[in-house]
Parts: sequence; structure tokens; C-alpha cells
Amino acid sequence: MSRQQAHRLAVVVLTVVAAIVVIPIILVILYVVWKGLPALSWAFLTEAPRNGMKEGGIMPALLGTILLTFGTAIVSFPLSIATAIYLAEYAGDNRLTRWIRMAIVNLAGIPSIVYGLFGLGMFVLFLGFGTSILAGSLTLGIMTMPVVISTAEEAILAVPQQFRTVSLSLGATRWQTIRYQVLPHALPGIITGIILGLGRAAGETAPILFTVAAFYLPELPRSIFDQTMALPYHLYVISTQVPGMPLEIQYGTALVLLLIVLSFTLVATLVRTQMRRRREW
Amino acid sequence: MAMSDPVISVRNLYFTYADETEALHNINLDVLPNQVFVLFGPSRAGKSTLLRLFNRLSDLTDGTQRQGTVAIDGRDVFEAGVDVSALRRRVSMVFAIPTPLPGSIYDNLVYGPRLAGVRDKVELERRVERSLRQAALWDEVKDRLDASAFALSGGQKQRLCIARSLALEPEVILLDNPTSGLDPISTATVEESLFELKDRYTIVMVPHSVQQAARVADQAAFLLDGELVEVGDAERMFVHPQDKRTEDYITGRFG
Repeated sequence: MSRQQAHRLAVVVLTVVAAIVVIPIILVILYVVWKGLPALSWAFLTEAPRNGMKEGGIMPALLGTILLTFGTAIVSFPLSIATAIYLAEYAGDNRLTRWIRMAIVNLAGIPSIVYGLFGLGMFVLFLGFGTSILAGSLTLGIMTMPVVISTAEEAILAVPQQFRTVSLSLGATRWQTIRYQVLPHALPGIITGIILGLGRAAGETAPILFTVAAFYLPELPRSIFDQTMALPYHLYVISTQVPGMPLEIQYGTALVLLLIVLSFTLVATLVRTQMRRRREW
Repeated sequence: MAMSDPVISVRNLYFTYADETEALHNINLDVLPNQVFVLFGPSRAGKSTLLRLFNRLSDLTDGTQRQGTVAIDGRDVFEAGVDVSALRRRVSMVFAIPTPLPGSIYDNLVYGPRLAGVRDKVELERRVERSLRQAALWDEVKDRLDASAFALSGGQKQRLCIARSLALEPEVILLDNPTSGLDPISTATVEESLFELKDRYTIVMVPHSVQQAARVADQAAFLLDGELVEVGDAERMFVHPQDKRTEDYITGRFG
């Protein structure tokens, strides 16, 4: 086989493999859109479920998911960024920081149901927050932190070292250097990490199962100590727990959840490309 | 303070990196004001290491060990309670590779002064123009101070970096092989600006070559493997070196 032929064969094989991976994903998305689109309407998004959830819309669950996403951001964002700054800029490389890093990598791989159980034990029971938006946000926040910390730390370390050296040589303190020369340039990467983390939080069922999600609660929450419905759990409930549930509503709910998660990914990609384009070096 | 008092005074200085390599061994030298002091020698002689000790950029490297003193205007920079930020504004460094910070030409020049607490816009603009003129860059960039610093040519970038140091209104300027990446014409421009600058500043420079050392130096120090072989008047040293090793290096027998 000539080198030319080998090259052509490689291109064909790799294209086929890529197609095998991508086509099912596209099919899943198309299928959900095809089955769910007829259900989508303004009423579907703005009305509460009725008649044992077999009629009406998904508004309480949609709102609950939005609230939980905000809550997750509030919990996860400051802690993750602070941790990433500490690890990347201050901690150095010693036994303690190697342990911290290893813990973070391992936490990222823990099944989400374990976070759910931790949230139940820690926030719902021990701290006495009950099944509430607060407990759910804290649980989701902790679940997203490892990923956000890792992406943020990578983004911080990707800022060229010489910018730090130059900044320090011009009389900046370490914090001023981080504030003015590191964080602004690490921001696109940090934001991407946060948005992807939130996308994951919005779609997870297991962590909210015991900590916040209500089976059926048409009233809206009044405070962070209230329960709420949430889309992923609602989808689980109407798919498995309610006999005679119209398929249309199930797929409509799935489609809304899918759109929310996809829009997070889309926004993350847009932010990254936009800010990369503005980068000068 | 009398004119002849040294600005920088190094006594019994030893410096070792984390991997136990001794970079500097018992260095003693004085840098006089308003002169160009050149540290020359082959690679790994300890020139850059010594330069970075003058404003404690050496702090950025972990695991190093140091003995001896580096005094600026009579005060040891490693003394407890020294304001390192203020020290680095007084003793300012220009690096081998021109490194603008992301942002405009103007942003680069006002970065240091702003951190030093200069808020007044008129004062900032005065410093921008003055430092650009001193670095012989004003005429080329005066109409585009808002342009990205990365849009400048290599030689312009390095003069911007020199101007950025000057905008701090330092006493001493440290130049670590500032013409390493520059073409001969840009090199000549940078060298010419040094002659203007030494009226106002004390300059310590690691040169690109022996030839450059001979062109710009008032005082010179020859370093070899972390030891100071010879120090003194540049004109004398480059014509009648006292040490055989200096002579061998200058005449190109090694290095």
C-alpha cells in the first residue's frame, strides 16, 4: 500500500468513526425535537400541570430549574474562583496542594447520586435546611465545583508567565498582578467553565432528588427554604411514575430541558470565541 | 549624598538555585550614579541572576538561597520591612524579550504609575510623553497611543518596554540583554537612547556581545561561572584587561 493510499484509508476510517459517534447524538436530538415540538406553546411554558399532571404545562418545574441554576451559580462561582486562584497563584507545589488537587480530580468523577446523598445528610438533615432550594443549590453547587475549579485553574495557568513577571517588575503586588493581568485574560476560560458547570447542574436529577425536588407542587416557592419542582425530576416523574401520561407532554418536557442545557453550551462557546477573537497575543 | 557614593553596592554575595547550582560566588562590586555599568561574560556566568537580585525579581524563583548584601543607596534590599513594590519602581527592569502587556501603548505606560498611586490625568500624560521621548519612540507612536502595543515592531516594542520602565521615574534601569531579538538598526536606536538616559539614570546592562559592551559601557564587570573575574573602568578593561581570562574572552578565545 502506497503512502497515498494509506493516507486516504486513514481519512475514510476516521470519518466513519466520527460519524458513528456523532450521528446517534444528532438522531437523539432530532427525535426529541420531532416528538416534543408539537407540545411546545406559550401555555405549556407558563401554566402549572393539571389533572394529575396529564394536562397543563411545566411552569413550576421550569421556574424551579431556573432558580436552582441561579442558586448553583451563587454557591459555586465565588468558591470555585477563589479556590482556582489559590491553587494556581498562591499554593505552589507541595504535599498539601497535591492532595487538594487529587481530591478535586476525584470529586469530579464521583456519581451525582453520591452528591445527592451527601446533600441529604449534610444540608437537609444535619444543618436542618430541610428539602429546600437552599439545600438543592448547595448540593448542585458542590457538585459543579470540581469542574469549575479545574477549568478556571487551567485558564489562569494559561495566561503567559511573562505578563506576571512584567507586572511584578513594574511595582505591582501579587494581588494587583492577578487582578489586572491574570484574571482579565483568564476570564473567557473561567466563564466557559462556569457555564458548562451550570448546564450540567440544570440537567441533573440525582442531586436534587432528596434535597429539593417536589413530586408535584403547583404553587411557586416563596423563599429559599421552600421545595420546588425541577425539570429533570419532573421528567423522571412523568416518564415513570404517572400511568397514562400523554407522550407529547413527556417529549415536550424533555425538549425544554434539552434546549436549556444546549443553550448553556451554546452561550459558553460564543463567549469563548468572542473573547478569543479580542485576544491580542 | 556625594556624587561618588555608589547607587548599588554588592558585598560578599552568594546565590544558589533550588537544584544546588551555585549561580553567584562571593560577588563584590559598586555601581556609580549616572553611568552605564555592563555585566558581561559567557552564558551561565550569573549575569541575569545578579541583575534580578538588584530589584528582588529573584524572589519569584522558589527554593533559592542567598548570602551577603545588595544595597541600593546604602540600604540592603533584603532587609526586613523593605517595600518590594517601591524598590522595583526605583530599580526597574527591561527584559530580553520585549513583553508588552495586553492593551494599548498608553495602557502599558500608565500601568506602573497608576499602581504607584498617580491618578492625575495630566501627570499621567506628562509621564507618557516624557518617557516615550526619552526612549526615542514618541515621534513614531504619538498619533496612535490607543493602538495595541502588540501592533508595534520588535524594536518599537523594546523601546516601549524601556519607556514603560522610565514612566516609573526610577533611579536605576536594569537592562537584561535588551537588544537580543533586534535587528542592527533597532539595536543602534536602543543603544543611542542609552547615552541620553545616563544623564538622568544609572544603568546596569547585560549586553548582547562584547562589542556592544565596549560600545556602551562606562564601567564593566566580567563574570565567569558565577565569579567576578574583573571589575573596573570599561575603557581600560577592554584595552588592557588585567586578568588572563578576561583577555581570552574579549579577544574571542572562548565563550
